[in-house]
Amino acid sequence: MRIPIETFTLPNGLRVILSEDHTAPLVAVNLWYHVGSANERRGRTGFAHLFEHMLFQGSANVAANEHFELVQRAGGTLNGSTWLDRTNYFETVPSNQLELALWLEANRMGWLLPAMTQQKLDTQRDVVQNERRWSMDNQPYGTWWERLPALAYPIDHPFHHSLIGSMADLDAASLDDIAHFFATYYTPDNAVLTIAGDFDRDEARSMVERHFGAIPRGAGKPPLPDMSVPPTFGGPLREVVADDVMLPRLFLALRSPVFGSDEYYAASVAGAILGMKKGSRLYRALVREQQVAAEAQAYTYDLAKGSDLLVVDVTARPETSVERLEEAVHAELDRMAADGVTSDEVSRVVTLIETELVASLQSASERADKLSMFATYFGDPELVNQQGDRYRTVTAERVNLFVRERLGRENRASLLYVPRDGDAEPTQSDLAMAETP
Amino acid sequence: MSASASPTPAPAPRPEPAAPRSYHFPRFERRTLPNGMQLVVAPVDKLPLATVIAVVDAGASAEPAGKEGVAALTARLLPEGAAGLDGVALTDRFERIGTTVEAHADWDVAAVSLTVLTKQLPDALALVRDLLRAPEFPDREVGRLKEERLAELLQQRAEPRGLADEQFSRALYQPAARYALPADGDAASVRGLTRDDVRDFYSARYRPAATTLVIAGDVTMAQASALADDLFGNWTGARPPAAAQGIDAGQPDRLTRVVAKADAPQSEIRIGHVGLPRRAPDYFDAMVMNAVLGGLFSSRINLNLREAHGYTYGAFSGFEWRRGAGPFVVSTAVKSDVTAAAAQEILNEIDRMRREEIAEDELTLATSYLDGVFPIRYETTSAIAAALANLVIHELPDDYYDRYRERVRAVTTQGVLRAAQAHLHPDRLRIVVVGDPAIIAEPLGKVAGMTTEVVTPDRMEKPA
Repeated sequence: MRIPIETFTLPNGLRVILSEDHTAPLVAVNLWYHVGSANERRGRTGFAHLFEHMLFQGSANVAANEHFELVQRAGGTLNGSTWLDRTNYFETVPSNQLELALWLEANRMGWLLPAMTQQKLDTQRDVVQNERRWSMDNQPYGTWWERLPALAYPIDHPFHHSLIGSMADLDAASLDDIAHFFATYYTPDNAVLTIAGDFDRDEARSMVERHFGAIPRGAGKPPLPDMSVPPTFGGPLREVVADDVMLPRLFLALRSPVFGSDEYYAASVAGAILGMKKGSRLYRALVREQQVAAEAQAYTYDLAKGSDLLVVDVTARPETSVERLEEAVHAELDRMAADGVTSDEVSRVVTLIETELVASLQSASERADKLSMFATYFGDPELVNQQGDRYRTVTAERVNLFVRERLGRENRASLLYVPRDGDAEPTQSDLAMAETP
Repeated sequence: MSASASPTPAPAPRPEPAAPRSYHFPRFERRTLPNGMQLVVAPVDKLPLATVIAVVDAGASAEPAGKEGVAALTARLLPEGAAGLDGVALTDRFERIGTTVEAHADWDVAAVSLTVLTKQLPDALALVRDLLRAPEFPDREVGRLKEERLAELLQQRAEPRGLADEQFSRALYQPAARYALPADGDAASVRGLTRDDVRDFYSARYRPAATTLVIAGDVTMAQASALADDLFGNWTGARPPAAAQGIDAGQPDRLTRVVAKADAPQSEIRIGHVGLPRRAPDYFDAMVMNAVLGGLFSSRINLNLREAHGYTYGAFSGFEWRRGAGPFVVSTAVKSDVTAAAAQEILNEIDRMRREEIAEDELTLATSYLDGVFPIRYETTSAIAAALANLVIHELPDDYYDRYRERVRAVTTQGVLRAAQAHLHPDRLRIVVVGDPAIIAEPLGKVAGMTTEVVTPDRMEKPA
């Protein structure tokens, strides 16, 4: 099964991908800007994400709050998100509203700055600081996604610092920063626009030309520093965080091959054998058999530059000590490092991944996002149609190459959360006392 | 700023929409097997996929008193041993055909669901049959899943959002109402559950006449029907009695309570009261009223708290739709020092909603959104199957989805006002906040016009 793809590039450098599907009268518009927290300068952590919020604050022809309102009034859904190496904006609308969605995206790509005010910036700074409190500071283990990259990447590496940003850096962000960031990164030649769903290709093309054509090409963005790192940490790393949590939880990161490489697919399969679903090794051994963990999973960050991370994430059961939890996780990794995986295990997870790949193509929004992603990272949206094959050709031998190279103790960075007060483990009697009416 | 002058010419004027294209919810067919089991099939052949949801009338509302949590435990045990296979072997069977099975119970029903490539549908359904008809509830797995639920409850004590939800439900309903406790049970009830309780609940509730098999995807009614006959045709058992009543009695008065979390950087706020059942005759008026109040990003509450004041990352309101009257709740998380101010804004918005008709403009924003977004909601086989399961759970008519959009469009500003006056009750608002009492208790009491009750983690499990 293939999804149809047509591409063209405007004179200003905007790359455009069209993918038709007329099964329902809806269309997804998806725009990736190739900028993320990795591009932030020192003292401005969190800025890429704060900037994403500002893109919903109107533009020359769109009043404050009107962006959301226009899309919702049209019967559409919308959002945006910021990641280490990209920022995306997307809406799905009834197909007769395609031009509205394109007009809104073009307006903020071309004519954002006239709408920027200090008051809007101050309000969104408050909103983002509350987002930080909500998702990290007031959430058990919430700081993991700030602490783990900080532990796993060297201090000057673009992936080292916080994506959500420090409160102080967010406070320092100014309208000048907005103007500078906009001019540097929010240019048509640093973006990919995908339209997926029910549309007429000629009409869509002329809409894109009409609304985006006048936006000038950018002056080029500063290159990122060299992002390559050695294949392993060169020795175990470990950080213990005493936090307001009830149960110990271990996030263990391994350096792993960058997203899109042949080795990536082998690593992804190794990760799935370890921690995808209930048939995985970690779930079976730690949750089901030994019963030392309440939850166990593994996943990759899918970073396309420098080094990816494969993360093992295990939460202890109440009676499990911190030491026992760590030992049990290391033992499973050691076992895989020593003995490798079998073809049978590879076949289980590739079958699971295949179903997920097909299911993910059902929604226009997901199709559009994947097309934008492959075009942004690799300049080739057709890669979306090759994912199944790339997984199907992974062999146990290739997985075991990865396992031998990367699963040793010298490539494990442990971020361990433990309950802050007194004894690390709440006892069964604490639980009983607290829960009895 | 000079580096980034806006391009010329100016942007094109805002485009007008083209003519809309028609859409209808996927056609589906129903059939009743001779043993009373229902089959609902929606053939959707866009991709070689199918979603199966087996809905059983075995939700938490049907639990015997004192056995709170047995419905969820029973459902979750189904894949942990059945038809001679243990949990490991069953997991392996599902995963080798590229799928995983979810089995859970909510307030109304238990559901066993999966999505699979069409070529594997017969094998997947045969496994679903094993789970529904021949579960074994091994002792070891009963013990493990109980322990995992207790671990989850322990985790919740440090998780402000889950804690706020749970404490809000307890404060909302009268102590004897089933809805006052979590659907999955609390520590005391879960600890007391035994394998016999699970077996008894299973025997009483899991019957063919209480089960509906929903299939949406690349399959025909004839194929699905043959599979259902083959796998479920000889399943026997009488229809179980209707679930108990008296699950949703609410508290009659106001309450302001802080659940203490010292040094919390944010307050998790829940404000609301008992709402109305899913089958309420003015469901559409109430739903649109909520959309305007706090159901959409562009709703009054979110624009006020987030975009005008910057108090929060998001603020929303909603009715939780169950067979009985579920909660109506406004939820948000705000910086501690603006907790009382945010609560005041929420109370003001609720009052305003009851006081005057909304503007025509606000009405059309909500109705055109709900109307337009309808096709976008049903892009996947799992969303279509879930929608059909919803028909079954709430006994909605077969043309419900065909008429949904016209009924949304028929809502008026007067209807919204009537719904607000009938279903928002300022005199019964229960305000529950998880946060730092030293900062928030006193100002919150002023806003609410009553003394704030502060509960500490040792005492907070007591029902209201």
